[in-house]
Amino acid sequence: MRRYQLVVMGVSAGGTTALKILLPSFPADYPLPIIVVQHLHPTQTNFLVTHFNAQCALTVKEADEKEPLLPGILYFAPPNYHLLIEPDRTLSLSIDEKVNYSRPSIDVLFESAAIVYKTGVIGVVMTGANNDGAAGLRAIKEYGGLAVVQDPATAEVPYMPQAAMAATSVDHVLPLADIGALLREKAQLLL
Amino acid sequence: MHAADLETIEIDLFLNALYQRYGYDFRQYAQASIRRRIKHFQARTHYKRISDLIPAVLYDEAFAHSAIHDFSIMVTEMFRDPTFYNAVREKALPYLKTFPFIKIWHAGCATGEEVYSLAIVLQEEGLYDRATIFATDFNDSALQTAREGIYALKEIRQYTKNYQQAGGTRSFADYYHAQYESAIMEQSLKKNVTFANHNLVTDGVFSEVHLIFCRNVLIYFDKTLQNRVLNLFADSLSYGGFLCLGSKETLRFSDVQERFKVIDDHEKIYQKCTT
Repeated sequence: MRRYQLVVMGVSAGGTTALKILLPSFPADYPLPIIVVQHLHPTQTNFLVTHFNAQCALTVKEADEKEPLLPGILYFAPPNYHLLIEPDRTLSLSIDEKVNYSRPSIDVLFESAAIVYKTGVIGVVMTGANNDGAAGLRAIKEYGGLAVVQDPATAEVPYMPQAAMAATSVDHVLPLADIGALLREKAQLLL
Repeated sequence: MHAADLETIEIDLFLNALYQRYGYDFRQYAQASIRRRIKHFQARTHYKRISDLIPAVLYDEAFAHSAIHDFSIMVTEMFRDPTFYNAVREKALPYLKTFPFIKIWHAGCATGEEVYSLAIVLQEEGLYDRATIFATDFNDSALQTAREGIYALKEIRQYTKNYQQAGGTRSFADYYHAQYESAIMEQSLKKNVTFANHNLVTDGVFSEVHLIFCRNVLIYFDKTLQNRVLNLFADSLSYGGFLCLGSKETLRFSDVQERFKVIDDHEKIYQKCTT
């Protein structure tokens, strides 16, 4: 049995650089699905997905609607859509109003992950210039999941990690390299 | 029982109440986003729990209709996904030009921005006078906005940019009149458009059509409801007719996959097979 079944991440300003450091650190057989919301311009193409798929041992793809979540796959929210998790652990998309001026919104993903995965989800908030992700991380904590924040002192833009730390009691505040190590450790089987 | 699971039961009962009392059926919507919408609605009332909304919608019709109104998706813009309109011009309209008249169904048109976008494309391609457009939605107040064709002037800058990227051949300002803070759509765009109430969840085929637009509606439905609606579209289309979906919606893995061929995989344009 594993303590955790899912990792969700949110990044905004400075996110591409942070992801370039963090994502290649996952092995191809990482046992949990990972979902990333990155704030991008709505017309942004899937260049990043292609780039990360080439750079990472994990399979990296843009999330499709109704797609089941599988271990060892990293899903990016498509630009201009919110990404949510359904009770049957498949993905769904919406074009609902922006949340925190953002679509996709980190809060929307995190809140739906908390409802479905409850104690089984790890939420990670990294560099960014707004407060998206703060309410989502609070929801993850309320439902018994694990809250991880990039150490603001090491973040390209510290505002988003700081907002998350102000919103809830965070379990781990770490630089990027240590976030990777923690996520690998937390994905291990329970003995 | 976990609070989230209790809330799931409450949502279930609430949606059942709405359906049994008013016939609006959200029970087969994808759960995560309808849950957000219900909670969003609840947050604007004084009710503490979703289950408190049940007696309120059962006995207060106006309140129920404000909920129903809130659950319909009204986020749209003119020439949303500009490249899609280019693909329609190049890949669907040349075939439709060979017909003496064309009937178009715009399903789930919300406040109508994309209906006017299509009307503009049809005018520029010389097809408008031969076209009849049925633009439908289940939300009457959205339909009223669509019928009026009056939009906030502040959106026009973005729409103009979209129009240009969508292969527009004129000046976008030709299609509206600015008045105070509003842009009023040109009357000639409305001439062949019929706005009407139709609910994809509960209503059936109403006409044979040659082109169906239904963009970013199916993402809100569960698999069963998606298949019901796709069958409705397949039955409504003439042989060789086109179905246009949103950029993240697909016929792949659906019940009607075999009845269509893919015309543009990226822009999600499909054509009903001729046999």
